[in-house]
Amino acid sequence: MKALVSLAAVLVLLLAAYVGVHLGDLRWLFGVVVPYFAAAVFLVGIVVKVIGWGRSPVPFRIPTTCGQQKSLPWIKQDKLDNPATGWQAMGRMALEILAFRSLFRNRETVLRDGQLAYRTNKWLWAAALAFHYSMLIIVLRHLRFFFAPIPRFVDVLTNVDGFLQVGVPGIYITSFVFLGAVTFLLARRLGWARMRYLSLPADYFPLFLFLAIGCTGLWMRHIDKVDVSQVKAAVMGLLVLAPHPPAVGWIFYAHLFCVSTLLAYFPFSKLMHLGGVFLSPTRNLANDNRARHHVNPWNRPLPVHTYAEYEDEFRDRMREAGLPLDKE
Amino acid sequence: MSQAHKPDELEYYHPEEVHRVDYQPPATDWRDTPTVFRPGSFIYPSKPKDLEHIGFPNGHAWHPTDEDWKLPENWKRIIFDGMRERLQKYRSFKVFMDICVRCGACADKCHFYIGGGDPKNMPVLRAELLRSVYRHDFTTFGKILGRWAGARPLTPEVLKEWFYYFYQCTECRRCSVFCPYGIDTAEITMMGRELLHLLGLSVNWVMHPVADCYRTGNHLGIQPHGLKDTLEFFAEDVEEVTGVHIDVPINKKGADILFVTPSGDFLAEPGIYTCMGYLALFHELGLNYTWSTYASEGGNFGLFTSADMMKRLNSKMYAEAKRLGVKWILGGECGHMWRVINQYMDTMNGPPDFLEVPKSPITGTVFENARSTKMIHIMEFTADLVQHGKLELDASRNDGRRVTFHDSCNPARAMGMLEEPRQVIKAACHNFFEMPEGTIREKTFCCGGGAGLGTDENMEMRLRGGMPRGKAVQYVQDKHGVNVLAACCAIDRATLTTVCDFWAPGVKVSGITELVANALVMKGEKERELNFRKEPMRDEVEAPPADSEEHPTVEAA
Ligand code: SF4
Ligand code: SF4
Repeated sequence: MKALVSLAAVLVLLLAAYVGVHLGDLRWLFGVVVPYFAAAVFLVGIVVKVIGWGRSPVPFRIPTTCGQQKSLPWIKQDKLDNPATGWQAMGRMALEILAFRSLFRNRETVLRDGQLAYRTNKWLWAAALAFHYSMLIIVLRHLRFFFAPIPRFVDVLTNVDGFLQVGVPGIYITSFVFLGAVTFLLARRLGWARMRYLSLPADYFPLFLFLAIGCTGLWMRHIDKVDVSQVKAAVMGLLVLAPHPPAVGWIFYAHLFCVSTLLAYFPFSKLMHLGGVFLSPTRNLANDNRARHHVNPWNRPLPVHTYAEYEDEFRDRMREAGLPLDKE
Repeated sequence: MSQAHKPDELEYYHPEEVHRVDYQPPATDWRDTPTVFRPGSFIYPSKPKDLEHIGFPNGHAWHPTDEDWKLPENWKRIIFDGMRERLQKYRSFKVFMDICVRCGACADKCHFYIGGGDPKNMPVLRAELLRSVYRHDFTTFGKILGRWAGARPLTPEVLKEWFYYFYQCTECRRCSVFCPYGIDTAEITMMGRELLHLLGLSVNWVMHPVADCYRTGNHLGIQPHGLKDTLEFFAEDVEEVTGVHIDVPINKKGADILFVTPSGDFLAEPGIYTCMGYLALFHELGLNYTWSTYASEGGNFGLFTSADMMKRLNSKMYAEAKRLGVKWILGGECGHMWRVINQYMDTMNGPPDFLEVPKSPITGTVFENARSTKMIHIMEFTADLVQHGKLELDASRNDGRRVTFHDSCNPARAMGMLEEPRQVIKAACHNFFEMPEGTIREKTFCCGGGAGLGTDENMEMRLRGGMPRGKAVQYVQDKHGVNVLAACCAIDRATLTTVCDFWAPGVKVSGITELVANALVMKGEKERELNFRKEPMRDEVEAPPADSEEHPTVEAA
């Protein structure tokens, strides 16, 4: 049900582009107004969200330590999983962000015949890595539409990505890795009772949206080939604030509309983990709380039970027991 | 389930029934599945007089199974204001409310889910209990799309759910290890409990010790003369088995070191043997140290209550160190105590400029890692002694013991003290065996009774939550003939005893300093025949099973 609603929402987006561009002539709306709006919401939304997070302080150092602490010289510290300095914490963050360290650690719990086992399971790690890196490369590939001349690294990347040289125009490996990974993540949610139970519509929606974006993209490249020069001219137009929607088929507009939706949805959704992962206090801090003093900005004196009050209450008994007293 | 027993008794349960866990989620969505307060799975409420004593609001008489929880008139306002305040105070809370992607990596990492199968004990859903309300009232999408955005309004039913599941989280942080963003459900549970406290909803097993600790200096409410008697009684026991007379310095001004340990070690077996171990060890070292009756609690149930309460209780350590004029503080074997000392103490009540950087008077080692806090763990202290050969240890005295080690959650995941205790155990015992990878070090499993859940009325959840640890102990028991589970945590010494009796009968729990003191050759000692438990020293052990390797240290596969 939750998945169906999300799927329906994405289909409505596609339909809107079809009706608006193929049946009507709303190219200005879908090709200019919506993308501008989406880009603005994306940028402003992210900035507002990150500033909002930043406005709340980090009162305590609470790194989750996942390895040996730095203590005695003969005991080897695990610098990346239990950093003791800011640099080591940055190393930990790099590993987390670039290689998904924590997902790599995953061990699946298996209960069989009353026996528990914890099996290494790296599927989620592999799929997440494939998904994020293929998306990154696809985004970088698209930079060819944003620059004239095309930056060299984009060309190189594109050539490497298309090294198989199958079909005309050639297929890119990342396109299929991307769609494969999204499909896996979707199937994992749908086909596994536990995952289905904990998923929300907000978990399916982005996945369907990515599928729609990927499929419309492939469609334009391989089936209903779009006039790339027109598209590039239109994108450049948007960039220099001289917009003119390209005279191309509705599939392109569907692709663009989905991307616009993604951008506008981004700051309000779980996709903000992109920013949040940098700010997670259990990962980005060094475990140096005992070595260095840290300040909690809202620390304040609180009522305490002082020794004097304590001795006042128990003085007689303490005297009887022969315990030393501050006040006789 | 046994008819002759009640849900708060161990005998009521049978391992074969408990370990048949059904992981199939219910047919209804979790937001539509009502919370059922089953005897054995929840904790009794706190008493108004305890709340009054520590200045907590809205104390009133109520019971979880009541239909009406007698909430204050403006309870919703109170919760929303409380949430807003905490969102402004803690970046962790704000970020964790926003970025969970429900990837499920944490789902099967919680011992309560593993041992119980209730989907709301998956860390991700535990957090969603609070997150759904956050979305409903603090986010744009949630306000507009409501349920479709994963939001739900705050109702008395939601509060009941919070109470039930935030007291089925031991704040162990195992989930946080596996989360790609480090989302720490313990942090969310802490916020959830703080919010409930605003309405006077809390549990007796936490609040009573907190109130006692505030007044008497320890969770058990032991008064100064009582503590003196207890310690002197322990010293007599030590003398009985070792023949060495021991003086117990208490509230002694001018001592070099203040020693603070969890009060659990004053009261019950097997913690008391660890306490005797401290006395023997410090005596043998000739340490100029002192116990304190005012700061007679290392643990801090304030951690399970609120940041403010934690600070108020913790303040006694520095205050007492200053009053007595010691140089630095040594802390005993405890788990959550070390979360407080390693992650909060210096920020809350420091820096203690009147103290010196801890320096071992025996080896001269300076503990740079505690440069600011001025407090070190007894395992750090003892590992240093072992490394420098300053202890004469006859490990063969522990040959009757086949030992495994339970990493307590907080020293492992809020500190990273993994090797120090192992170094000490290996010096004191010949037979040491690790439990399986995946159940030790940073991936260690909770005893099931931390964060204020270790009370008998919560027996079912303790046994379920203790199942992963219990099964791992059982594994090394079968494979290597393990008969002692060492743990450097006072809560563990109490709760794991129950867990072992249930899941791995025959395995006894021991503190590490008990093992050390047992092996310790003391000056002037008599022929040692008894250990601190007054059992024959080199007790005959049954031969280990045939397939076990006879190496001193074996990594279990
Ligand atoms: S592992 Fe982290 S992101 Fe994934 S479901 Fe759990 S809390 Fe959420
Ligand atoms: S902190 Fe521990 S008890 Fe709480 S949800 Fe996470 S794994 Fe479970």
